[in-house]
Amino acid sequence: MSLLQVRDLKTYFYTDAGVVRAVDGVSYDLKEGETLGLVGESGCGKSVSALSILRLIANPPGKIVGGEIFFEGKDLLKISEKEIRNIRGNHIAMIFQEPMTSLNPVLTIGLQIGEALELHRNMNKKEAREEILRLLRMVGIPDPERRIGDYPHQFSGGMRQRVMIAMALSCNPKLLIADEPTTAVDVTIQAQLLEVVKELTSRLGTAVMLITHNLGVVARHVNRMAVMYAGRIIEQGPAAEVYAHPWHPYTIGLLASVPRLDKPRKERLVPIDGQPPNLILLPPGCSFMPRCSYRMEICSKERPELRPVGDGHFTACWANMER
Amino acid sequence: MSGQYIIRRLLIMIPVLLGISLIIFTIVRVIPGDPAVVLAGPHATKDVVDQVRVQLGLDKHPVKQYLLFIGNIFKGDLGNSNRTGLPVTKEIMARFPNTLILAFASILVATIFGVTTGIIAGVKQNSKFDYLSMLVALFGLSMPVFWLGLMLMLLFSIKLGWFPSVGAESFKHLVLPAITLGANSTAIIARMTRSSMLEVIRLDYIRTARAKGLSEKVVISRHALKNALIPVVTVIGLQTGTLLGGAVLTEIVFAWPGIGRLLVEAILSRDYPIVQGVVLVVATMFIFVNLIVDILYSVLDPRIRYH
Repeated sequence: MSLLQVRDLKTYFYTDAGVVRAVDGVSYDLKEGETLGLVGESGCGKSVSALSILRLIANPPGKIVGGEIFFEGKDLLKISEKEIRNIRGNHIAMIFQEPMTSLNPVLTIGLQIGEALELHRNMNKKEAREEILRLLRMVGIPDPERRIGDYPHQFSGGMRQRVMIAMALSCNPKLLIADEPTTAVDVTIQAQLLEVVKELTSRLGTAVMLITHNLGVVARHVNRMAVMYAGRIIEQGPAAEVYAHPWHPYTIGLLASVPRLDKPRKERLVPIDGQPPNLILLPPGCSFMPRCSYRMEICSKERPELRPVGDGHFTACWANMER
Repeated sequence: MSGQYIIRRLLIMIPVLLGISLIIFTIVRVIPGDPAVVLAGPHATKDVVDQVRVQLGLDKHPVKQYLLFIGNIFKGDLGNSNRTGLPVTKEIMARFPNTLILAFASILVATIFGVTTGIIAGVKQNSKFDYLSMLVALFGLSMPVFWLGLMLMLLFSIKLGWFPSVGAESFKHLVLPAITLGANSTAIIARMTRSSMLEVIRLDYIRTARAKGLSEKVVISRHALKNALIPVVTVIGLQTGTLLGGAVLTEIVFAWPGIGRLLVEAILSRDYPIVQGVVLVVATMFIFVNLIVDILYSVLDPRIRYH
């Protein structure tokens, strides 16, 4: 059985300019221990769809207006506030994008890691301290006895993100949502952090949802990937399959715009023409239609739904040519 | 926070206070009116006035007067009052505790009500409580102190008879002046706390705290409050300083025997030594409050370290 089943999730933001359909009917599954990559440009709804799982969307202006999110068979959108709090940080944990701003500047990192331990694992201060030290060691923070009483500003960006990882994994969650965990740190640190996440989650059997705009990251670290565009998933399947045989013109465009070290340098990167659509005024048909070089008459009239195009490989595109 | 830093801050007080002493020394002598004439009375002859002037030491060159004044300060002597002949230090010490009590009672009231109201209004933004409290705060900001004082007196002492209207004999006497004096600060602190809270509550680390499964109570009290209070502490500090020196109107309305009233009486009778003494004491308190605020910053925010 799937650990997480998201069905037709819709999260809208009600702004003065109109209703922003940040997530507009997204469905996907995640099995235990599996790693799913959620890929797309900024503003395509990947973060919002992840925050919706833990009901962390600020309301107002945001609101989850439809869909179901089953976690271990329970619909997270129907349970009480108290029940969702017991899931947060305990069964589903999250790592955020900005290690600089995601930790509280006026509390020691020991306290910030220990909170979840005392809350979800009923540890007392002394037990929690031992566990914090173990966690800090686990994520590779040197000299944890000395560092446990330090404040976030005394750590580098990479080290802070390790603290975030320690915090997220402190209660052995079943699912870890990593929202662009490496975007804000140096490239060299990025690889190290992802290795830490990969190593620890595979050891603990934690399922991971990795949200990123970096296709290189996805290629190395995930089993399956879902590509999002304008609040919808437009292609998903096994990562290797999607890489080898991308179906949707947007996915093809994304892959063509990634710099490759294994190709001759004189090959130019191909950008995707045009801009992502305004999420308030989405066209009635396919959202990618205005930027698509394969567009047909039907594309502007009817929105394509996901359909199978290979083994576990789905795409939301009308075009049916040989690729 | 190093001890060295505090010592340095205390040493800096000396030039600041010297500057203030020079300014106030000059200002009292620039305002029209001759202390000797005031003291000698309207019917005194010129000879008598001159005699009084010599007694007060005002016949000497102003530079000499200033140097004498400063020299005496270092001996702990602020001179004698022109009117009573008593040492200024004694006059101030007789009044100062009253001012301290009133100022701290007011700031206590203002902090407790202001911060609590601000937090609730911020957390429940756009609620009825938010609108109502901010409307009341607007009144608190706009109301003149003397008018509020008179209205409270009218209602609670004259109509209801719950509290005495004037004097400083008991705790009951303190209630109305403290509320009057603190009303303005309460409003300022409430609005500041609210906006600071609104700002903090949208930050990433609050989302992180929620993502841990913490209850909203813990998120607010442990994660948001300490951050939100940093700017509020500045305001409380500034207000404390203002209340210490600026309780003049309240002290007059409630006949509260503090240094605010002493100062006004001294200015009216051109009692130079008292005016100078009171201003110096108030300035010193202000500087101390500022130092305490700076120390509090580093307690609240570990990123702030003084060297």
